[in-house]
Amino acid sequence: MSALSELSTLRKQKGGANSPTEKADGRWSLFFLGPWYIGLILITAGPLLASLYLSFTDYDLLTDPQFIGVENYTQMFSDPRLIKSLQVTAIYVFVSVPLQLAAALGLALLLDRGMRGLALYRSAFYLPSLLGGSVAIAILWRQIFGTTGLINQVLSIFGIEGQGWVSHPDYALSTLIVLNVWTFGAPMIIFLAGLRQIPEMYYEAASIDGATRLRQFWSITIPMLTPIIFFNLVLQLIGAMQTFTQAFVVSGGSGGPADSTLFFTLYLYQQGFASLNMGYASAMAWLLLILTAVLTALNFLLSKYWVFYND
Amino acid sequence: MTDLQERPDTALDTPKPDHVGVESRGHSRARSLLKHLVLIALGVVMLYPLLWMLSSSIKPNDAIFREPGLIPNQFDFSNYTVGWDALLHPFSHYLLNSAIIVLGSVLGNLISCALAAYAFARLNFRLKPLWFAIMLITIMLPIHVVIVPQYVLFSELGWINTFLPLVVPKFLATDSFFIFLMVQFFRGIPKELDEAARLDGAGHLRIFFQIMIPLSLPALATTAIFTFIWTWNDFFSQLIFLTNPDKYTVPVALRTFVDSTGASSWGSLFAMSIVSLIPVFLVFLFGQKYLVKGIATTGIK
Repeated sequence: MSALSELSTLRKQKGGANSPTEKADGRWSLFFLGPWYIGLILITAGPLLASLYLSFTDYDLLTDPQFIGVENYTQMFSDPRLIKSLQVTAIYVFVSVPLQLAAALGLALLLDRGMRGLALYRSAFYLPSLLGGSVAIAILWRQIFGTTGLINQVLSIFGIEGQGWVSHPDYALSTLIVLNVWTFGAPMIIFLAGLRQIPEMYYEAASIDGATRLRQFWSITIPMLTPIIFFNLVLQLIGAMQTFTQAFVVSGGSGGPADSTLFFTLYLYQQGFASLNMGYASAMAWLLLILTAVLTALNFLLSKYWVFYND
Repeated sequence: MTDLQERPDTALDTPKPDHVGVESRGHSRARSLLKHLVLIALGVVMLYPLLWMLSSSIKPNDAIFREPGLIPNQFDFSNYTVGWDALLHPFSHYLLNSAIIVLGSVLGNLISCALAAYAFARLNFRLKPLWFAIMLITIMLPIHVVIVPQYVLFSELGWINTFLPLVVPKFLATDSFFIFLMVQFFRGIPKELDEAARLDGAGHLRIFFQIMIPLSLPALATTAIFTFIWTWNDFFSQLIFLTNPDKYTVPVALRTFVDSTGASSWGSLFAMSIVSLIPVFLVFLFGQKYLVKGIATTGIK
């Protein structure tokens, strides 16, 4: 069961509080969960609350934080770079994730049958998703979409003179969208596993009833896959909102040209760790957390209307 | 839910009966040929950038801007020797730094996440559903929302520009994705095995070490492989915690390289990029089975 469905069905589970072995287990749980409890307090939950506090302060790391109320939050509304970074991130998330998932689903459907060379194709499509987040690939992208890069060399064979894609404000973000679509392999693997779990008898029954393959696709494959589509959608949206490395390397840390690749997390890094506006960066981080939570909650609410659960 | 352990290796590759009738066999063969052509074309497009980077890394610098093809006209391996010594330290220094952090992280995740997963899968304790929900939620927590206070904490401890901020949290089970992965796996191990062991007088420690761990090698392998790749590629936290060139890891060193040299040395930049990708590629090559099953398992009921 995926983490998501696990969370939504958690209430159905019993606490098991009246088990006779509970007392002994309680002590053992401290042993087994000890490291996790410490990590939760020191590394996760503690810092989470601390950053909430810092988001209401003016803090430069060198002097003590000064409490300034909601000023960091109100300042965001009038910060044009922050608004720009939200726009850049929104475009990236809402364009690249659907394209990436469509590619993943399309390829998974092409690969589903026990065809010759399946393992080889699967590897070829999967490999980029393991490498895509690295600095090395971002460097490669910077060259490929540069003025004299690979894309323009290929275009010139056809007599087309290309742009410096990464250095043009209208195109730079698109090159990063292409990069994210290129990493469709991981969701593709999840789709492949999902396709495998659709009972063969559904198709057999449909064939006997005379359903065409197209009809079978729309009435069996897609509905049975909707939980997987939902899972991939939620995870990829959350991941895309936090994109940093590629934009940082391709733009040399600036988010340029003309802030066209100023992702939200990149601006957060600039504010927090380049300008030492730690209070403002913390407020930005909380905005990111809230946006992530709202988007995920919205996804769960909307899922009632399109996700089909067989049980 | 437990296909990580139960399905045979070939499960993803087993043929599925074709639904097309006998009379359209010729038609179906044409379709299959067309499908292979589409897949090969797509595969070439997907891998071309990687292959081109590999080929460019052995081309003279100016050829990178002229030759979109894969076969170099001239072989020039000097990019590798130049790139290796282009920064303050030889590239092996950064490879070693990355390796230390990766090995520490793998070890930390294996130990701490397996321990935590055993508690969630097998023990009864107060507020277990609440703790479990907290664990699941932390999977989705963006690192950005904790990084500033973490930075303050680690600088108070004098840990900035050491590997400790990158490794110690792994020993505290902060990568809860892997706890979840192992909980899933442990739940698939029959409880009768524990009960039989308990009748023989075994405690939780022995059950954990002598039953759960030996039976969970695939899940441990998946954890180790994903931790390896994600830590090796990780840039954000290494950029923040390591600012001293002595402590730079491969991604941070590469970033310094690209910012300091510009277009004049793409060849050596590509050469070192290839070097940085080799470990991930090798892990992919030898661990693919666990990678594929690992991500498939987490997404499937």
